[in-house]
Amino acid sequence: MDFDLMLRVYPFFLEAAWVTIELSVLTTILGLSCGALGAAARLSRHWYLRALGAAYVSVIRGTPALIQLFILYFGGPQIGIQLDAFEAGVIGLGVNIGAYMTETMRGAIIAVDRGQTEAARTLGLSRFEAFHKVTLPQAFRLMIRPLGVNINALIKGTALVAAIAVVELTYTAQRYIGSTYKPFEMFLLSGLLYMIIIYSVGRGIAWLDRKARIT
Amino acid sequence: MSETQNFVEVRNAQKQYGALEVLKDISLTVERGQIVAIIGPSGSGKSTLLRAINDLDPLTGGEVWLDGIQVNKQLPHRQYEKHINAMRQQIGMVFQHFNLFPHLTVRGNVTMAPKLLKGITAEEADALAEEQLAHVGLSDRIDYYPSQLSGGQKQRVAIARALAMKPKLMLFDEATSALDPELVEEVNLVMKKLAEEHMTMIIVTHEMDFAASVCDRVLFMDQGVVVEEGPPEVIFKAPNEERTREFLRKHLAGGK
Ligand SMILES: Nc1ncnc2c1ncn2[C@@H]1O[C@H](COP(=O)(O)OP(=O)(O)OP(=O)(O)O)[C@@H](O)[C@H]1O
Ligand SMILES: [Mg+2]
Repeated sequence: MDFDLMLRVYPFFLEAAWVTIELSVLTTILGLSCGALGAAARLSRHWYLRALGAAYVSVIRGTPALIQLFILYFGGPQIGIQLDAFEAGVIGLGVNIGAYMTETMRGAIIAVDRGQTEAARTLGLSRFEAFHKVTLPQAFRLMIRPLGVNINALIKGTALVAAIAVVELTYTAQRYIGSTYKPFEMFLLSGLLYMIIIYSVGRGIAWLDRKARIT
Repeated sequence: MSETQNFVEVRNAQKQYGALEVLKDISLTVERGQIVAIIGPSGSGKSTLLRAINDLDPLTGGEVWLDGIQVNKQLPHRQYEKHINAMRQQIGMVFQHFNLFPHLTVRGNVTMAPKLLKGITAEEADALAEEQLAHVGLSDRIDYYPSQLSGGQKQRVAIARALAMKPKLMLFDEATSALDPELVEEVNLVMKKLAEEHMTMIIVTHEMDFAASVCDRVLFMDQGVVVEEGPPEVIFKAPNEERTREFLRKHLAGGK
């Protein structure tokens, strides 16, 4: 194994790791927003919103994320959507993970005992107040861990944007392989940095989950 | 429709789930300060009737009135929501499984609705929590979470939570059925205390002794109809209907 080479290129990989982190953070924010909207739609009193939410989830989950990314990035310009690779990556991955987060959030909300809403409504709270003050705080607790699983998948999923030439960890490894012919070292370096990111995020989620439990 | 004389009045209540008729033309009146027990076999529609009174399970026919106002008024959706929320503030309800809010302390459980709906200050809320918890004998548990309480304590907190809204009427749906036998009495004592304070109450119960000791009137339901009603002395000692006698034979069997 060529440690010298690894030490030499490692600063460039750190830069790439930073891009992966940026992608992950923005994708998480977009994914959580899509998830919240999706869950709200799926639990709506209006059938057309429920249908819309269900369609979103089944279309996104029924097709490969890579294809979605390609449609957006390569197909987009044909229908007037011009995005640079990074933007397409964030939007494509965010909308994708949002569908999974929709199901996570919806699951957490419906897992809260119906008696809770009944008790709140009985006291005179409106539907919204009961949701906001009683159901949602309990659902938040239930969704932290499964959302953590979604975020874990999302971080790993950022590797896909290498295919549209976003200079993140996976793309950077491929690029240095082209000049060094050392795939083992280069992918190892990327993998190690992914692991550090994922491990840290995992710890953060576990901490949040513990904290939410006590209070 | 004319206004009613009675404090609580259920007129010709009907409830259907698809083809299943759960309530068949039930009428019921309760005067202010009266305590009415509803007894009857499982599936006879007791909970459905009780939950129709605060419109938790809306009737498919008939009317519910409280203190001169129709609870289940026909109104456009938005107006109806406002109306029913206002009505429900006046109707306390206690459930078999407590349904305390697990993410809030005892204090939070008791004060959430008054703070939100009556705009009381933090100090007023604290005073209210202390008052209501003293009333059910749980002053020392004010900063506990529901998970740290026994079943009997949970149910007493649930009663305090309902009372904190200063309701005109209290509904109890088998408030002691989920409790270990040794915890039943502490909840019954709180209910007796309410009776002494002349709270109007409708109590669905399987505990005949308790019903006999606190209620002014007992309603025996079976298969969605009121088979018989009257003072506890009559219903428990000398019922007129064979169905009532049969039910009581089963439920008082082995006992007195
Ligand atoms: N949501 C529902 N959908 C369909 N049927 C229902 C529903 N809720 C209640 N029922 C039916 O209505 C009937 C009356 O139920 P209800 O809960 O009022 O009985 P109950 O007298 O309270 O019985 P228990 O003593 O077991 O609590 C039962 O046959 C029940 O199966
Ligand atoms: Mg019942």
